[in-house]
Amino acid sequence: MTAQRTYIAIWLALLVLTGITWGVSYLDLGLGNAAAALAIASLKAALVALYFMHLRNEGRLVWAFALFPLGFLALIIFGTLSDTLFR
Amino acid sequence: MTDHATDTSPADRGYLTDKGFRSWALTLDHKRIGVLYLFTTLFFFLVGGVIALLMRLELLTPGPSLMNDHTYNVLFTLHGAIMIFLFIIPGIPSGLGNFFIPLLIGARDVAFPRLNLLSYWVFIGGIVVILASLVSPMDTGWTFYTPYSAKTGAAVATLSFGIFLVGMSSILTGLNFIVTTHRLRAPGLTWMRLPLFIWGMYATSIIQVLATPVVGITFLLLAAERLFGVGFFDPAKGGDPLLFQHFFWFYSHPVVYVMILPAMGIISEVIPVFSRKAIFGYRAIAYSSLAIAFIGFLVWGHHMFVSGMSPVAGVIFSFLTFFVAVPTGVKVFNWIATLYRGSITFESPMLYALTFIFLFIIGGLTGPFLGALATNVHLHDTYFVVAHFHYTMMGGTVMGLFAGLHYWFPKMTGRMLNETVAKLAWAVTFVGFNATFFVMFIMGYHGMPRRYAEYLPKYHADNVFATAGSWILAVGVAIMFANFVWGMLRGEKAGANPWRGLTLEWQTPSPPPTENFEEIPTVTDWPYGYGKKVVCR
Ligand code: HEM
Ligand SMILES: [Cu+2]
Repeated sequence: MTAQRTYIAIWLALLVLTGITWGVSYLDLGLGNAAAALAIASLKAALVALYFMHLRNEGRLVWAFALFPLGFLALIIFGTLSDTLFR
Repeated sequence: MTDHATDTSPADRGYLTDKGFRSWALTLDHKRIGVLYLFTTLFFFLVGGVIALLMRLELLTPGPSLMNDHTYNVLFTLHGAIMIFLFIIPGIPSGLGNFFIPLLIGARDVAFPRLNLLSYWVFIGGIVVILASLVSPMDTGWTFYTPYSAKTGAAVATLSFGIFLVGMSSILTGLNFIVTTHRLRAPGLTWMRLPLFIWGMYATSIIQVLATPVVGITFLLLAAERLFGVGFFDPAKGGDPLLFQHFFWFYSHPVVYVMILPAMGIISEVIPVFSRKAIFGYRAIAYSSLAIAFIGFLVWGHHMFVSGMSPVAGVIFSFLTFFVAVPTGVKVFNWIATLYRGSITFESPMLYALTFIFLFIIGGLTGPFLGALATNVHLHDTYFVVAHFHYTMMGGTVMGLFAGLHYWFPKMTGRMLNETVAKLAWAVTFVGFNATFFVMFIMGYHGMPRRYAEYLPKYHADNVFATAGSWILAVGVAIMFANFVWGMLRGEKAGANPWRGLTLEWQTPSPPPTENFEEIPTVTDWPYGYGKKVVCR
């Protein structure tokens, strides 16, 4: 029961965050627009992973395997930026 | 001894007992799935090989002879794409890996047998899509560089979708192996007692899981650009053509280690068995696999030095590239130290393993010439690069695969190969390989560009030499395959442990029963304690 209530709460939170993303797109924040959209999207992804994908209840090994790819994402972004920033 | 029994009782045929299409197509047995992969990938090795022979024939003379330039472009694209995506990436991991990982860790199957079967059929699905793309064959090279690949009339979207599927299959296999290694090791089989082939495959699987999604998504972006005109890579639409290369090599450099690490694992199994000596520096070899997997992710930009990438990035990538050589050197050193004062015998698996070391050193030592920024500018896109990657991929990985096939043939089929024929095939292959590819270092150094159907007359002699070599090579490989077929049908009965190995796969009959082991073995020592009893470290 409580588990279901959590899921519904998370689902509502995701909907609200989607709404905020949509709202923010109407403001003119310059670079801030992209930053806000990415921040909200990351938050949503984190909620999904933690609750819907049960990462919250997993052991350290699973956490390690889940966080590892984020490191690689950072790597590819920084590697590519090291090129585009200095071109 | 020599009753090459034609009347094999069902009991001796182990996992091969069941017959018929369904028993293979729907099998959940990792060994059968491994065999399916081996047959499929080796078939494409032959297809890719035939295409290569055609290309070499065209290059026999400086001018156009056999085919027009467009056909040549199609052929080198097909040769590269087939060899890379349908043979060398899936070959050892999905073929020998599927067959031997559970046997080597004392398990009854992989962790997810159904997923395993699914990944085989996804692989076949990918192949079907790739074949469908032949209606208007690709001419972009296996690297699909934009902007050309976004504009050519060929079926780029179809082919890249096929490779996307093949990649999915590769991810599923890698995932399966990681979980299998973590969860299904026999009692007592600690991480520090794992056979080194398992370490190699574990590192490989991590790369497959982390890198393959990147190329999958890149190909989807390319398809979106072609089909819907979205501007990811086209500067006119706000895209960046170099972005494609960054994404492509972020996958494709690490993936050269998907090609080479499993082969290195095989070498680490074969060398101790045929020198009757404990492997030297077990831990160093095990950890260097992980180190190679990790550093492999940092150096992709060394493929892009002359692409117009920023000089700053070029310097960084060149610097980082040299670090890959360290763990690779550790491995080579340890193999040679294992050989030192061993009781070496030269059965066919050992001949191929030593060939691996010899050719891989040549391939590896020519890497720094390409990795150093200054020399790369001279050597980029010349035959020097072609020689370099054929020495590492064919001289390395393929020789490692051949070593593994000869080493494990008795286990897989229950029969022995003809050693004399195997040695003959090895000798011819060795001569043919070096005749074909060594001159390419020289041609490349003298400036002959790669990917051209024609060349200046001054390269004629070199090319004649290489083409002649390619035919010697083909004869060697043909003898080897004939020996495989003969061995499967007529070879002498092998017995459980013909090489007197200490790893677990030799503790069960050949061919193994469907359940692998009558009783799951308990491991009390590491698998390299030849001669004296070695205290596990
Ligand atoms: C371990 C096995 C290896 C394999 C299977 C391999 C494979 C390849 C392949 C397929 C290419 C051709 C890419 C193209 O079409 O442009 C290539 C190029 C290259 N390789 Fe390797 N390689 C290996 C090891 C190394 C090492 C150890 C180094 C450096 C220390 C290295 C440095 C390079 C560089 C810099 C290029 C780019 C050359 C150019 O485009 O000018 N490789 N390699
Ligand atoms: Cu590379």
